[in-house]
Amino acid sequence: MDKTSERLLEEFAPQLESPSKKWWLIFGAMLVLFALGIYGLIYQIVHGHDVTGMRDHVVWGVYIVNFIFFMGLSYAGAIISGALHLLKTDWRKPIIRMGELITVISLLIGPCFIIFCVGRFDRLHYLLIYPRIQSPITWDVIAIMTDIVGCLLYLYLSFVEDFAKLRDYAGLKVPAWKKKTYTFLAMNYRGTPEQVKLLKKSKNIVAAMVIAIAIIVYSVLAWIFGVTLQPGWHSTIFGPYFVIAAVYSGTGLLIVLMWLYRKIFKLEEYITKKHFVNVGVMLLILGAFYGYFTFSDYLTKWYGSVRMDKILIDHLFKQYFWEFVVANYIGVIVPMVILAFKRFRTVNLISIGAVITLISLWFNRYLIVVPTLETPFLPIQDDRLAWIKYSPTWVEISIFAAGIAVFVMLMMVAAKFIPIISISEMTEVDETEQVESVEIKPVQS
Amino acid sequence: MDKSEARKSRRNFLRLGLGAGALSIAGLAGAKIASNNDPVAEKGVKETIKVLTPDGKLVEVEKTSILPPKDIFIDRKEAQKGIPGRKFVMVIDLAKCKNARKCIDACQEGHKLPHDHEWIKLYLLKDSDQTAPYWFPKPCYHCDNPLCVSVCPVGATYKRSDGIVLVDTERCIGCKFCMTGCPYSARVFHWKKPEVSAEIENIPYSPETNVPPKEGTVGKCVFCPDKLRNNELPRCATACPMGVIYFGDMLEDTVTNGTETVRFSEIITSRGGYRHMEHLGTEPSVYYLPPTERQFPWERGYEGIPDSIKSRYDNIDIIKETFPKDSNPS
Repeated sequence: MDKTSERLLEEFAPQLESPSKKWWLIFGAMLVLFALGIYGLIYQIVHGHDVTGMRDHVVWGVYIVNFIFFMGLSYAGAIISGALHLLKTDWRKPIIRMGELITVISLLIGPCFIIFCVGRFDRLHYLLIYPRIQSPITWDVIAIMTDIVGCLLYLYLSFVEDFAKLRDYAGLKVPAWKKKTYTFLAMNYRGTPEQVKLLKKSKNIVAAMVIAIAIIVYSVLAWIFGVTLQPGWHSTIFGPYFVIAAVYSGTGLLIVLMWLYRKIFKLEEYITKKHFVNVGVMLLILGAFYGYFTFSDYLTKWYGSVRMDKILIDHLFKQYFWEFVVANYIGVIVPMVILAFKRFRTVNLISIGAVITLISLWFNRYLIVVPTLETPFLPIQDDRLAWIKYSPTWVEISIFAAGIAVFVMLMMVAAKFIPIISISEMTEVDETEQVESVEIKPVQS
Repeated sequence: MDKSEARKSRRNFLRLGLGAGALSIAGLAGAKIASNNDPVAEKGVKETIKVLTPDGKLVEVEKTSILPPKDIFIDRKEAQKGIPGRKFVMVIDLAKCKNARKCIDACQEGHKLPHDHEWIKLYLLKDSDQTAPYWFPKPCYHCDNPLCVSVCPVGATYKRSDGIVLVDTERCIGCKFCMTGCPYSARVFHWKKPEVSAEIENIPYSPETNVPPKEGTVGKCVFCPDKLRNNELPRCATACPMGVIYFGDMLEDTVTNGTETVRFSEIITSRGGYRHMEHLGTEPSVYYLPPTERQFPWERGYEGIPDSIKSRYDNIDIIKETFPKDSNPS
């Protein structure tokens, strides 16, 4: 094993060894949240969907919002990590694994919200045994399944080398089962020139595939809304708009995770201000695109003022004024201002901007799904007044919180299982690079 | 001869009125001939009667072996086919509607729908500031280009040859995509376990009636195919005291509200019939006659209803203006 790997392994090994008290404390808290979500779910199964805020007009609520939101985070991870990998940007090395983990973990959580939203999840397999290819949901089922396979493959390929390194590293103080797992998962990878070449090639192919799949899947998700006639949804811009918004939110999450892992594992040496600024610039560009798409979409709706679009815009500005401001003004302007001016570009401010991005993007999803359903073509009449306006109940919120808790728990477990900074990436020599650049030089932030 | 042909000949036979008496019609309308092994029948006096079988043969059977007429049970597979040679159409005369809500009651009763799950809604529409308000009953439009059918991922909702769009609640997964796809909000959902009486809980399910209702699935107006098969009008049309709802067959160019039968093309032409939101391209099978020369002032439709129903119209501007709520009850 080369020296750099050894040094990195030595440094990262404690991260993988027995969890600390603090780790268990946070994990326990997340478990409690998860248990609450399970309780909410059981409550919903027993009492029916009546316990949610959804009714005959607003038939999709926070569940679908979360579905789109988590899927968005996932594609973002795919596109960022895939693109960074293919472009061979040098600074990607310490953060690329976080991108990959975001992709897979949120991709596993997102579709679960569909299960909570459908009235008969006991019949979910009908999607596979009685599929109708005319339905965008069928397109989505095919696309998401492909995406899950592709992303898991990509994650695994990027793990193989590290598994092999962990298997071979004698100084690792972990239980025998963990060591055995590494040995098994390393699949006899020995780093022979042939294996290296093969792995590199397959990684490149899968990285390119994952980018393409991610764009397709998120467009299909957008078309579920776009193909209907509903005001606010029936828009040709939705495919690219959803993709851009997804990458924007995922980039935000990547920055937040960079900040957290850097703090927790004291990775200041590896994840430097440069990384925050570089990913931040991506966030800036994506934010500009997101703002542009949002503006373009609402401008055309508002200016032409077809009756139904006007009703929707009025509804957004009256009933959802603050949500609209958060989603479409603050969520665009604040991160952009932070990143546009050099003096605001500090690690902490960039991270705050990223948090704002995440929150605003969740509200953006909410404003796409709910207000449209509240302003159907035929005005809501002859209905229980309590059913007109949607607001999520504790059941929906508890399941939402459980989704976040699962994300955190899986991230925690993943960081205990595999170094959060990819050792194989850090030691990788790109053909174009000089050997000197492999050495890790501490950079002051 | 296959089943559909058999049914066709049966219906033609009925329409021509050639039935040789009530019993033979009963036999044709789905009555079953009881088994000859019935010991009582064998011992008793053998009185026979001539009946025409569905495939056109005249046979002689014992009188006692004829059972009373029964509703024809249409199973899930049969329900997908549609009644041959038909294209159903509904015409709603807005001039006559005064929100009596008898159509809704009959629909709820006839389809054993739980409370809070209504297939017909009655809107009070006012198209613009200067135009007059009018009551607007809205069933499912049974569109010829139904978006709900296009978007269903499992084929639980389908369009039949007779124009009817049905939902198979044994196939429905409850994704609610059809509900967002329908621009007319015609579909409703069973949000909880439907409260149904024990007697209908165990009857075999047919998509034509959607009885018994199932939790977590979508429901909507079905145009009462069970009634249509017996040459009867849908329940809402029969129940309406004002004769608002005309129903009939586009191919026969005839619609009737039970008391008055008119040419479909003629009434649409003379009264300026239209379809709601034609520009959406969904091609509804429900036509409206504009509320001209009205028989009642629209206010009567609000005054006559119980308070619990009144509250459902509280969010409408015209109601707030015309019937202001006393803000200080003292």
